[in-house]
Amino acid sequence: MAVYFQKREVVVPGQLLAEGRYRASFGTYDEDGKIFSSLVGLAELRGNTVKVVALEGAYIPKEGDLVIGTITIVAGNNWKVDIGGPYGASLHANNALRRPYSDDISEYMNIGDVIAAEVIAFDRSSGPFLGMKGRGLRVLQGGMILDVSPAKIPRIIGRRGSMINVIQDHLNIDTMVGQNGRIWLQAPSTEVLRLAIKAFKTIEAQAHTSKLTDRISEMLAEEMAIIKGSSASEKEVNPEEVSVQDDSSDIKSESELEPEPEVVTEAEEEKPVVVEAEAEVEEEEEDEKKTEEVSE
Amino acid sequence: MSPETKPDFLISPEGLRVDGRRPDEMRPIELKVGVLKQADGSASIRQGKTYIIAGVYGPRELHPRHLTLNDRAYLRVEYRMATFSVPDRKRPAPSRREKEISMVIANALKPVLFLEDFPKAVVDIFIQVIQADGGTRCAAINAASLALADAGIPMRSLIPAVAVGKADGKLLVDLGDEEDKYGEGDVPMAIIPQTEEITLLQQDGSFTREELMEAMQMGINSCKYLHELQKEALRREYVKKTPDNGDDDDEDDGFEDDMETDLGEAELMEDE
Repeated sequence: MAVYFQKREVVVPGQLLAEGRYRASFGTYDEDGKIFSSLVGLAELRGNTVKVVALEGAYIPKEGDLVIGTITIVAGNNWKVDIGGPYGASLHANNALRRPYSDDISEYMNIGDVIAAEVIAFDRSSGPFLGMKGRGLRVLQGGMILDVSPAKIPRIIGRRGSMINVIQDHLNIDTMVGQNGRIWLQAPSTEVLRLAIKAFKTIEAQAHTSKLTDRISEMLAEEMAIIKGSSASEKEVNPEEVSVQDDSSDIKSESELEPEPEVVTEAEEEKPVVVEAEAEVEEEEEDEKKTEEVSE
Repeated sequence: MSPETKPDFLISPEGLRVDGRRPDEMRPIELKVGVLKQADGSASIRQGKTYIIAGVYGPRELHPRHLTLNDRAYLRVEYRMATFSVPDRKRPAPSRREKEISMVIANALKPVLFLEDFPKAVVDIFIQVIQADGGTRCAAINAASLALADAGIPMRSLIPAVAVGKADGKLLVDLGDEEDKYGEGDVPMAIIPQTEEITLLQQDGSFTREELMEAMQMGINSCKYLHELQKEALRREYVKKTPDNGDDDDEDDGFEDDMETDLGEAELMEDE
């Protein structure tokens, strides 16, 4: 019975973590009662379970995950959806539409549409299969998609959503965080959108540091004050003031960001609205679009 | 043709090698992790004049589809030498030698990877030899192993590899180009350090049974040294990524609860 690592220590594959009556879980393996790390990551002990929090890695689907994907193929009664990672997902019309629905399901969702869906089944031999029957699962209209490393998503959400709530409260924006490392954002103005992106990128870069929620909250409060101040009275926007802010530690740390390719795609607008759409906030917007379609 | 000539001796009267090393001394080694931004994982190695870059992509969707394995991921290794990596321009077409070394490297790495975690997918390893000065297949294994860890591919252990050889009747660790060319034999090997299991063992030239056993023991010792370098290179990269905010260090007590709960209770990896 012994543990060979410090709390939240960076461990490497093959490193002996614990011996004795401990249980191996994510990122570890058990060999003759000894537990070794199988990843580079941060070792953690919870009860008698040893796990390694990964710092890198592709997205591997899990049942119940909320994912954000792009439709790549419409095939009969199925949509094929790109959700990132090694496995392409499929979404059956029965799991997305209320019956009866038209034979041509591309009327509802077509190639290029960005959707929020749930992984309803995935195992080693088949899947993943998606569903869109849950609350809030819909075609995402407007806004943008931000790509982050899937390994950092737990941190972006935070404990019971603590982190994401901080961001939403401060910025008053619509977001949807997919477990597959895609974040959908819709903000009232470009400044706020930029700030949101900066917040997410900061979290991604500093995912394994402590007190992150507090720091993000502080940063957002400061920057929001500036944005509000500048929009209230245009004259007071002093370029110097802004640049002083830019020298703050938050920005420095952002420059240390791993420059992972950040694909920032604008979700196309004016796509047919899906029947199941349950958006509360955007109802007016959607109505507008519906009328647009009719007129077309 | 390059005017290379055989040196007068591979072992000097003082018992030193052409580049002044002792028989059991390795060349200076520099390992770097995360050298390619585009790749999911990457690493480079300088071992003497040998310089190699390895990039890992995946696990990702496998094309062409017919290669798919239903119970595990396919490991695809591409070892390639740059045309300028050797004195006489290497023709760019993939050679028999490159294909063989690719296969040998894949076989050396496969035993430690948990490929069964990603059925039907592929893990691609691209290895580019920028400058070749002997021992490229072993250096390539060292770099590829680090790149795999950097990509977050689960594995039992890192894999160190080294070549042991014989010149002027003496056993030498980590052969340079001349010792490889004009020496009497070459035994490249790779091991799993914890268990000393051998994942790669090749030989050319002739060794007596005793010589081979001794060569392997020398190789194992050198591999263990290399393994330490690998672990250090990997840790260095990831510890560096942790921004050193002064305010964090002061609050050691705060660190404990905040961190654990925050990362631990996010539901993603919770039920494992």
